[in-house]
Amino acid sequence: MSNHLYAPGHTACSGCGQAMAVRYVLDAAGKNTMVANNTGCLEVFSTKYPESAFEVPFVHSLFENCAAVASGVEAALKYLGKKDSINVIAEAGDGGTADIGLQALSGMLERGHDILYVCYDNEAYMNTGIQRSGLTPFKANTTTSPKGAKSFGNLRYKKPMPEIALAHGIPYMATATVGYPQDLQRKVKKALSIKGPKYIQVHVPCPLGWQHPSNQTFDVAKLAVETGLYPLVEFENGKLIGVRKIKALPVEEYLKVQGRFKHLLGNAEEIKLVQDVANASIAKYNLKIEADTAQPA
Amino acid sequence: MKEFLEGSMAVARTVQLCKPGVISAYPITPQTHIVEELAQMVADGHLNAEFVNVESEHSAASVVLGALAAGVRAYTATSSQGLLLMSEVIFNIAGMRLPLVLTDANRAISAPINIWNDQQDTVSLRDAGWVQLYVENLQETVDFHIMAYKLAEDKNIMLPVMVCMDGFILTHGIESVDMPSQEQVDKFLPPYKALYKLDVDNPMTLGPLADPDYYTEARYAIQETQKKVLEVIPRLTADFARAFGRTYNGLIEEYHTKDAERVIVAMGSVCGSIKDVVDELRSKGKKVGLLKIVSYRPFPAQEIYDALKNVSKVGVVDRAVSLGSFAPLASEIKATFFGKKKKPDTISSFVVGLGGRDITKDSIKEIFRMLTQKEKTGEFIDLKPELLKENYE
Amino acid sequence: MFGPLNCKAGTSKKNKTGAWRVELRPKYLHQNCIACKLCVTACPEGCIIPGEKNAFEFDAAYCKGCGLCAAICPKKDIAMVKEEEQKSK
Repeated sequence: MSNHLYAPGHTACSGCGQAMAVRYVLDAAGKNTMVANNTGCLEVFSTKYPESAFEVPFVHSLFENCAAVASGVEAALKYLGKKDSINVIAEAGDGGTADIGLQALSGMLERGHDILYVCYDNEAYMNTGIQRSGLTPFKANTTTSPKGAKSFGNLRYKKPMPEIALAHGIPYMATATVGYPQDLQRKVKKALSIKGPKYIQVHVPCPLGWQHPSNQTFDVAKLAVETGLYPLVEFENGKLIGVRKIKALPVEEYLKVQGRFKHLLGNAEEIKLVQDVANASIAKYNLKIEADTAQPA
Repeated sequence: MKEFLEGSMAVARTVQLCKPGVISAYPITPQTHIVEELAQMVADGHLNAEFVNVESEHSAASVVLGALAAGVRAYTATSSQGLLLMSEVIFNIAGMRLPLVLTDANRAISAPINIWNDQQDTVSLRDAGWVQLYVENLQETVDFHIMAYKLAEDKNIMLPVMVCMDGFILTHGIESVDMPSQEQVDKFLPPYKALYKLDVDNPMTLGPLADPDYYTEARYAIQETQKKVLEVIPRLTADFARAFGRTYNGLIEEYHTKDAERVIVAMGSVCGSIKDVVDELRSKGKKVGLLKIVSYRPFPAQEIYDALKNVSKVGVVDRAVSLGSFAPLASEIKATFFGKKKKPDTISSFVVGLGGRDITKDSIKEIFRMLTQKEKTGEFIDLKPELLKENYE
Repeated sequence: MFGPLNCKAGTSKKNKTGAWRVELRPKYLHQNCIACKLCVTACPEGCIIPGEKNAFEFDAAYCKGCGLCAAICPKKDIAMVKEEEQKSK
């Protein structure tokens, strides 16, 4: 069973997208990998003393500093002359990346450390009880961006974290999803084959926070991509080298399978505002499969 | 070899002798000369280390945490706001039992913003689990940095050590210093061999979550280790004396306390001025003395008790305040004597030299004079009453 | 002295999360399996034991009963059945 570098016995919720994604990432990276992790769901459900689900060397320090801790690990490996044989991965959730950890991440990217940073984006502070983060999507109902008589949920769009990472001039940046594990693993391997700072943002559904059944994690993740709300893109040296083409399903197909968007259903005006977000991405990255060449997914 | 050196240069040269593999720092006055010198040494190839320029002190502390987690000796220096910005990581490093050595150039805390010297920054972090050593002059600064690494990396200790040196007074002051040779330091301080680290051949998890079943014991273990430091420091200073020919107590220093009727207790560079005043008053037949606290954490209560138990009048000089309560060092000196049969008749407390206000010989004489009066509690010395009359309207 | 708190790699295996299953558990029907291993990939616990066609099993010690393996199986060869039914058999 356990040839995996992320062991069972972790205490993630049933159907957790992040628990799957971390296994895909580590299995792709291989055993010569060191991980620095921010505080968050992953660290809490994986490393409760005296047990750890990590089969690779792992260090957790604080909520916002994994990029800096990883920088120290990388500098130490350089000093020891071991950097070429060991991968360093910094990983965090969306809050730890786009909000509280953004400064440390920016420093890490700017300094050019040979580190892969992985953001597991479940689109809210799930560990503390589903509070809004900078990566919470437009209109999502969270405990701090609640729907109400005068509210349709989160007021703001997702912070353009992939673009922010890219703007540092890093050699590799990609978005990925737990819904397409092979694509994610290919991107991790590609990133680790490149020297310098790399950023991968992985969409990971949270059955608890997004309010979908635990057996729907993949379907929900794929719908985010197929509607254009989570475009899968890949940049090398600042150039777009690939996107995942989609059929561009109506966003309602994605919204209706999650409780966090339930308040939008039946409200064409509100749904259109979300559709606009998807349309913008579809246009920006030319995501749509042309009708005559359309293939089933 | 004796040399005239600026304090920051002396620190940088000492750190160079201790051979850290990773240095990370963020500039803040008056720490800057230290890290500039180290950066230059790396640039010139005179120090084989990775120098990581970070975007904040929080990240500086996190980088050296990561380096130590990977098993490499590390160094950082900061001051004031920088130490406070680090504070979250400071607690973390001690809790993770990583043997960092950090130099703090002691400086006041904002607001109002003030770049000059007092000890509020490090005193505010006394509960973080670190060993805190306060140095008086540049020779001590050099020597205690070397001892700090050996103490931190002692396999029975594994706690970080903060060397606290007064900003500007010591960092920018120039003194004659006996700089040890590389051979001497190499012999005294062997290369760092981590007891636990990130290792792909023996993977382990550092920094896990501890629930109520384990948290208390993790904290208790640090508390017990701090007690052990009190036993290790005298052995360490004895080893140091054999290797370098300079003798320290390492926990406290007694200066004419044996027959003294009045003794001032203090930490850091002000002790130099107090010694001068003691000499002057002694020459006039006054029985006065100084008790210097070197190790503020761990707090050497037994040594302090032994040094002061027969002294009639004690005055504690704090260069920090605990706003809303008793002065920090004074309250602990008082606690040392609580319930004891032998104790001073009075233990007065003075707050002195905040935000770089000069502590003159007259200020110190005034404190000695006030010790003949009834006990003072948190008396601010050299206060300007005329300024306090101003109000908002 | 106790501490620092470091954990050995992979020790979470001591924690048998199978106890979390309250309602449903997977049942491998072993009829139409093509050994595509999608269920192995999908399992958030990483607790599915692959083998030849129609010989896959899950480790009940860790399975939390999320149902992702059954949902992803292209041959509908994994059913989610009531926990009690399985136990009573």
